[in-house]
Amino acid sequence: MAHTFKGGVHPNYMKAPEVPVSVIAPPPQVVIPLAQHIGAPCIPIVEVGAYVTMGQKIGDNPAPVSAPVHASVSGRVVAIEPRPYPMGGTSMSVVIENDGLDTKCDALEPLTEEQLKDPDAILERIRECGIVGMGGAMFPTAFKIRGGIGKVDRLIINGAECEPYLNGDHLTMKLFPEELLKGIELVRIASGVDKAYYGIEVNKQDAISVLKAHYPEKYGVEIVSEKVKYPQGGEKMQVKAVTGREVKPGGLPSGVGCNVVSTRTCYAVYQACYEGRPVIDRIVTVAGSAMKQTVNALTRVGTPFAYLAEQCGGFAKTPRKIVLGGPMMGICATDINAPTVKGTSGVLFFTEKEDRNVKEPTCIHCGKCISVCPMRLEPMFMYMYYKKGDLDMLKKFHVTDCFECGSCAYNCPGRLPLTHAFKTAKVMLQEQVVREKEAAAK
Amino acid sequence: MKTILFSVLVLAVLGGVFGALLSFASKIFHVEVDPKQEQVRSCLAGANCGGCGFPGCDGYAAAVAKGEAPVNRCVAGGAEAAEKIAEIMGVSAGTSEKKAAFVACSGCTENTGERFNYSGPVDCRAAMLFGGKSSKMCTFACIGLGNCERACKFGAMHVENGAAKVDVSKCVGCGACAEACPKSLIKLLPDTQRVYPACSNTDKGALVMKVCRVGCIGCKKCERECEAGAITVTDNLARIDPAKCTSCGHCAEICPRKIITTI
Repeated sequence: MAHTFKGGVHPNYMKAPEVPVSVIAPPPQVVIPLAQHIGAPCIPIVEVGAYVTMGQKIGDNPAPVSAPVHASVSGRVVAIEPRPYPMGGTSMSVVIENDGLDTKCDALEPLTEEQLKDPDAILERIRECGIVGMGGAMFPTAFKIRGGIGKVDRLIINGAECEPYLNGDHLTMKLFPEELLKGIELVRIASGVDKAYYGIEVNKQDAISVLKAHYPEKYGVEIVSEKVKYPQGGEKMQVKAVTGREVKPGGLPSGVGCNVVSTRTCYAVYQACYEGRPVIDRIVTVAGSAMKQTVNALTRVGTPFAYLAEQCGGFAKTPRKIVLGGPMMGICATDINAPTVKGTSGVLFFTEKEDRNVKEPTCIHCGKCISVCPMRLEPMFMYMYYKKGDLDMLKKFHVTDCFECGSCAYNCPGRLPLTHAFKTAKVMLQEQVVREKEAAAK
Repeated sequence: MKTILFSVLVLAVLGGVFGALLSFASKIFHVEVDPKQEQVRSCLAGANCGGCGFPGCDGYAAAVAKGEAPVNRCVAGGAEAAEKIAEIMGVSAGTSEKKAAFVACSGCTENTGERFNYSGPVDCRAAMLFGGKSSKMCTFACIGLGNCERACKFGAMHVENGAAKVDVSKCVGCGACAEACPKSLIKLLPDTQRVYPACSNTDKGALVMKVCRVGCIGCKKCERECEAGAITVTDNLARIDPAKCTSCGHCAEICPRKIITTI
């Protein structure tokens, strides 16, 4: 019996895990944004004109919620200036002219046998290597694990990869099962728990059998097969499916003793501890109807989208919409020259076919959104109050618990921009809190 | 015939009983309303615009009657209403300066192009989630999805060519649009002083030149030439102090970008 949660949708998965990983040649110039995580942006620690090696730390910030960034190629720093940021706008970035040699940086040695069993040493290494939540949230992993020590009794590894198109996690499981399990073991040791539960959707049967052949019990890992449903990979859905616990409204998984870490993050932990390699590349799925083919591309951090698309076979049609991450939760890019970052799991190029809009969408009160909401919210009413601008009622309807999975908008026959509306409402509520604080300070 | 008579009688008796009850109740639960409040209320414009800072016209009238609010706050009614209210309250009206909204952005589609096509809720705030707070080339520019237009109760705000424009003849200066604008582009300027740079870009001149045909580049020419000393350039953007400005219009003439407007 596969584990799951209530609600959710079944989008067309469009996956292509059979496509082998192709290594993308690093671009002649990489652009590395200094804000590749939630929290304080990094301060550059190199100067224009300096020579940097592959994996050298180029930006850091002593703030607790922060993660350093590293050079993904070797070469000379040509500029430190605001450049297009994948999530919109501009961000301070370090631009490195690639010398094509990939000279490795030897600042970080692999951890010793004793260090591999010491939680503090592992956490220190995780931070030093700039590991963030690579499922897309980009929350600094070391901070997350440290915050859960003592509170967390179940460690859950997210292997659902429920977003359509994306194949990165599936391929990592198939190609590097032993490394991945070792990475999970390290995260487990760092979290101070005896067992990690690895939730994988049953459509990755081949990956499950490969992992099982490597004796996951040896690493303290139990594989939990889950039903194929979107958003199975949501943090709270994973907690529900694996442990049966419900995260309280407004709460975090650590509130019910769970911590959820993504597959790719665990692999990055392995690379950091066993190889001393920071996060400088990842598998990015390049797909969409505008592309000639789907490519699972091992891409360096800081590769511009235009270059990436060209290396992956180029466009069949003119793309109209560029989506970062999966099509359900992904964010639209507004500049084709923006670079990939640590959290970019996919770059999808869509044509008009996928970008259909209604001019003045109207709610017909069918309630389909309510039946699919995995958080059991009422998008129909929330949208109504958003339209009215009634922030108090939005709060009452727990709009802050919406994690923007997009199930409601996907299922809406009237094509209401529901998720976008709730995102806006959440920003408005945050602004209201700031205003109230300012008023109270006066 | 008997049935009709019976029903008419029953209804008449019921009506009489309820009428007596209601008249009795209205005496017992009578709410004392200040007669002044009602008089003040009748002088107000009745648009419930909120420009006075009170919850609607009734709220303002109550506050005036209690003597908690000045008499010249009704922006829609203007000086006329203020005088009438002052008469009722037995005070002098004082001077209520008429203000009108002003959009500090000239970012229509001819001046600053679209950087990408936005599709989503028709709401400036929703559009601000993407691409650095504006879909225009200039990230400071008016998004033009009409939050101000919807907030205006007097039909004075219109989005033309992708940027908000004020119809000064209709504007009463209530400030509802300024509050609705998530980019805080709308200012309230006194009617007597309508000279102001229609730009909010604080980037350096070279960057502004790239994204907008008319945006303020912070060249400081106006600051040097203003005889009244009303203009200061801070953060690469000219700002005019309404208290010092004499509305001579010299700055608008000499501005190399023709961004300072005189209405």
